[in-house]
Amino acid sequence: MAAKVLIVAEHDGTKLNPSTAKSVTCARGIQGAEIIVAVFAAKPDAVAAQAAQLAGVTRVLTIENAANEHALAAVLAPQVVAVAKDCTHVLAASTTFGKDLMPRVAALLGTAQISDIMAVESANRFRRPIYAGNAIVTVETDPAATIVGTVRSASFEAAASGGSAPIEKASVNVELPTHTRFVSVSAAKNDRPDLQTASRVVSGGRALGSADGFKILYSLADKLGAAVGASRAAVDAGYAPNELQVGQTGKIIAPELYMAVGISGAIQHLTGIKDARTIVAINKDGEAPIFEVADIGLVGDLFQIVPELERLIG
Amino acid sequence: MKRILVGIKRVVDYNVRVRVKPDGTGVVTDGVKMSINPFDEIALEEALRIKERGGAEEVVIATIGPAECQQQLRTALAMGADRALHVQADGVVEPLVAARALLKLIEREQPFLVIVGKQAIDDDNSQTGPMLAALWNRPQVTFASKVELSDGKARVTREVDAGLETLEVDLPALVTTDLRLNEPRYVKLPDIMKAKKKPLETLPLNTLGVEAKQQLKLVKFEPPAQRQKGIRVKDAGELVEALKKKGLI
Ligand SMILES: Cc1cc2nc3c(=O)[nH]c(=O)nc-3n(C[C@H](O)[C@H](O)[C@H](O)COP(=O)(O)OP(=O)(O)OC[C@H]3O[C@@H](n4cnc5c(N)ncnc54)[C@H](O)[C@@H]3O)c2cc1C
Ligand SMILES: Nc1ncnc2c1ncn2[C@@H]1O[C@H](COP(=O)(O)O)[C@@H](O)[C@H]1O
Repeated sequence: MAAKVLIVAEHDGTKLNPSTAKSVTCARGIQGAEIIVAVFAAKPDAVAAQAAQLAGVTRVLTIENAANEHALAAVLAPQVVAVAKDCTHVLAASTTFGKDLMPRVAALLGTAQISDIMAVESANRFRRPIYAGNAIVTVETDPAATIVGTVRSASFEAAASGGSAPIEKASVNVELPTHTRFVSVSAAKNDRPDLQTASRVVSGGRALGSADGFKILYSLADKLGAAVGASRAAVDAGYAPNELQVGQTGKIIAPELYMAVGISGAIQHLTGIKDARTIVAINKDGEAPIFEVADIGLVGDLFQIVPELERLIG
Repeated sequence: MKRILVGIKRVVDYNVRVRVKPDGTGVVTDGVKMSINPFDEIALEEALRIKERGGAEEVVIATIGPAECQQQLRTALAMGADRALHVQADGVVEPLVAARALLKLIEREQPFLVIVGKQAIDDDNSQTGPMLAALWNRPQVTFASKVELSDGKARVTREVDAGLETLEVDLPALVTTDLRLNEPRYVKLPDIMKAKKKPLETLPLNTLGVEAKQQLKLVKFEPPAQRQKGIRVKDAGELVEALKKKGLI
């Protein structure tokens, strides 16, 4: 049977999330796959147009419904199941969106899920990290079952643009629950690059000492055109907002340059940066575990080094 | 009775640096410290606080796994849970199987709230909560950092990639915990003694009518790729030079 992959698009109502382009690349690893991107939204047209441009996409389906204005897993899951009826695979990014939605889809389909796909070995054989990335397991599914998976964005390049897939309206006739209601979202808006897609990231840990102390990192990041990240200890202490947390339970990122400033390098943190091209560590403790993974290490006091760096970069 | 059901999974302690067995058949777990999954301690803590505020009358914990899981159930009872259910299952328990078993317990116990961890730190699946909510046909709020209960409803704040999102759901509902929801209490010695007398019921998985079917074949385990050893620079100036050489600035 030819593979037919449904990718659930992630978006905020106007923009397609870059993680979707990475899921498309993952799907392209399944030989001969037809790749369909489904856009569930109140007004899907703008997002659908962006999805249609991704190279490798065969078709874009729009599922327009006022109930789809906010991504509520309980509302989306039955619609995804309806749209995926004759698909061999259903994928979404392993973001908080995909992690919330896909297991609900898998359960409705009665199928096991493969979380955090990092490599495609065949249409039904995949590799994924477990134990905070300390082991990689190869899993194989029953080829007859629908495969539901989430895609680890840091493992795949974004699909190029330049495609022009046809966009079709799909209608699904399923009853949607009303037991779940969106109230609000508080997203700190800033002009800095997005942590998950930035090519450079400057991250701070507990050593920054306060929200005020963190300002020197923002300042350095601005000079570098970098996004800012944080360790869990820094977030817990209130020095940085939660959406900046990098690691096993935060964001998994793969920038060209990652600078860990005053971060010890706990295993849960390292999980989030394993795929960074170059890791720089600045820490006053030369024995800190972060140096075991750093490509460039500098032992010293961050409060001296960071301002000096900023000056030298100019 | 107003009841909260909490899922407890026994996992390798988060401080252990897990290693893959040389023959690639799994990871080394012999002689390794085992603990309650950290997110489940948070789930239990939240349930206990709700009960202490008068929002619930009973906190029931449940695990699906082999006999040794009873150690973690006893610890959870010592933390303050009222009663434990041990669904006995040997071998791999996939999230869908765990969810099916937990659904049977929900049908029996009729909780108004079910709290599980957002992910178990062994397989990092992050699936059981939403799967269970789907099978139960009830609301889910994943990655919770704040839970407020009022008449028949819950208002829950969740940690999403964009920031913090708040949802309102009708009860009964399922919540999965994020790290910042609360800080779990420590277990005190006298409570460990008391916990020995608390009820712990064992139910074989098949008596619940759930099949322990494993859908995913675990073909092989490998250690992750190691990074190349890096260099040390002595000051900010050298660091800038090194970054320039790599074309990074
Ligand atoms: C289930 C679970 C999940 C977790 N998930 C995550 C996660 O997703 N992300 C995450 O980051 N953590 C996570 N953690 C926490 C993790 O175990 C560590 O506690 C955390 O990463 C430590 O943060 P830190 O490095 O900022 O702080 P610390 O470990 O306290 O390190 C501070 C470092 O700063 C250095 N330092 C101090 N002063 C200076 C100075 N003036 N100049 C230079 N260096 C200085 C010190 O030498 C030290 O190395 C998780 C833990 C658990 C149990
Ligand atoms: N075998 C199990 N027994 C009890 N609870 C479980 C079990 N497996 C998973 N859970 C619950 O579901 C959460 C998420 O697990 P997972 O989907 O495996 O990442 C855990 O934090 C537990 O609360």
